Amino acid sequence: MDNIITIENLIFEYNKGDESHPVRAIDNLNLQVERGSFTAIIGKNGSGKSTLAKNLNGLLLPTEGVIHVDGYDTRDDDNIWNIRQTAGMVFQNPDNQLVSAIVEDDVAFGPENLGIDPAEIRRRVDKALKDVNMGQFKKKAPHLLSGGQKQRIAIAGVVAMKPKCIIFDEPTAMLDPKGRAEIMSIIDELHAEGITVILITHFMDEAVRADRVIIMHEGRILLDGTPQKVFEQEELIRSVNLDVPLMVEMGAKLRKAGIDIPQSIITEEEMVEYICQYE
Amino acid sequence: MIRDITIGQFFPGDSVIHRLDPRVKIIATLLFIIELFIVDNFLGFAIAALCLGVVINVSKVPLGYIVRGLKPIIIILLFTFTLNMFMIDGHVIWKWGFLELTEEGLRTAVFMAVRLILLIIGSSMLTLCTRPLSLTDGIERLLSPFKKIGVPAHEIAMMMTIALRFIPTLLEETDKIMKAQQARGADFETGNLIHRAKSLIPILVPLFVSAFRIAQDLAMAMEARCYRGGENRTRMNEMKLKKRDYTALVLLTMFLAVIITESKLF
Repeated sequence: MDNIITIENLIFEYNKGDESHPVRAIDNLNLQVERGSFTAIIGKNGSGKSTLAKNLNGLLLPTEGVIHVDGYDTRDDDNIWNIRQTAGMVFQNPDNQLVSAIVEDDVAFGPENLGIDPAEIRRRVDKALKDVNMGQFKKKAPHLLSGGQKQRIAIAGVVAMKPKCIIFDEPTAMLDPKGRAEIMSIIDELHAEGITVILITHFMDEAVRADRVIIMHEGRILLDGTPQKVFEQEELIRSVNLDVPLMVEMGAKLRKAGIDIPQSIITEEEMVEYICQYE
Repeated sequence: MIRDITIGQFFPGDSVIHRLDPRVKIIATLLFIIELFIVDNFLGFAIAALCLGVVINVSKVPLGYIVRGLKPIIIILLFTFTLNMFMIDGHVIWKWGFLELTEEGLRTAVFMAVRLILLIIGSSMLTLCTRPLSLTDGIERLLSPFKKIGVPAHEIAMMMTIALRFIPTLLEETDKIMKAQQARGADFETGNLIHRAKSLIPILVPLFVSAFRIAQDLAMAMEARCYRGGENRTRMNEMKLKKRDYTALVLLTMFLAVIITESKLF
């Protein structure tokens, strides 16, 4: 199996003022992410999921353990720019990650940092903006756009750097339902184009789109597997105060009421299809 | 609304002046300012004013809009005018108590006032006809030869770019904080000056806190996008001097020559 990210025995500790009592955010974590896959990482606030994301492109460095991104060790200073170009990152707040007061200049920011030829930057910027359906806004000022549109610009800014992997750190947390749906469909498209996607979220319904779901709890991996496998463990998920996707909850209730719904059903379409054929 | 405040005083347009390379415009403005100080008679000012008039006419920025920009400096203008009028010794033409109006004083007062007005209008033409972002680009390019002696050209330009980007964001934030406090009974509109100034403190404190939070987020996002200062960085929009820029430079040189000759002759 070809892994783009391998994490071995990762420990990450924050020093919150007191050096003798560091806070352990990630506790001995091992993880491999397959090239071209779509992984969703779920967890409550403080479960270590955002810390993990920032470890994946060298924004934070491991206290102990090793992370390899596309073969590069994140602890090696010489690799850091290769790593950040390989693993792009989209953050939660759409306002605080745009640099320029003109949309296309902002998208060009990443490629400019990489020292790419101006004509090639122009091509990439136009392509990236088209990919996120924001072509007609390229001369606009970001503060005049909606949250969803700003987040699409942020994604275009990462796409223009041609990363192999994009880490989305709760990209929809501050958006309205419409903006959320737009961002999710763009993430699906990017995955279809072959980019490895790591989506950090606390929305269960976003996680069911992934090939693989990881549930984090107190800095460790609690569950790891296909969405079907993971959401079968409804009791365990609830025991760490997380919700399950709506369709999983509905399936469980229907089973209790004596209607035989398979546990593998986790999306609305599957549920609708199953119920329509139910006899 | 608070977010409608325009940044700088750019006047959108598509004239030749607007389309000139920002570097040419910056140099032109600097030269114009220097020339105003070389000039030592009214004929020189007349020539400068004529040239400025041509530029304004070509730029299609309404004259009223430019004159309104003079408002904030009227007090300074009147102050220097009065001082010059009465403080310079010479041939007395009018006397009232200890106030002596001299011929030389009057001449200097008018002279200085004209110089100031031309100075302000001339330099405001730069900001009126250049987008703030092209202005920062222009400044970066013009300063880059001085990098060798330690002028942080790229950093200055990047700071200006970020400031321009985040002014609307911070205005929005201020608006939000003010509304939240008004909803809880804060009063920003009544009371004397000191009272009103004091009521700004509860706005400024959270505003600063959020500015620091934004700065932290932005710095992380910039790092994630491989930002590592100005070295080896390319730009999408390269600045190339076009024919109109060369024409402008030639005209500028001619103007400079005329002003210098004039001040030597008369």
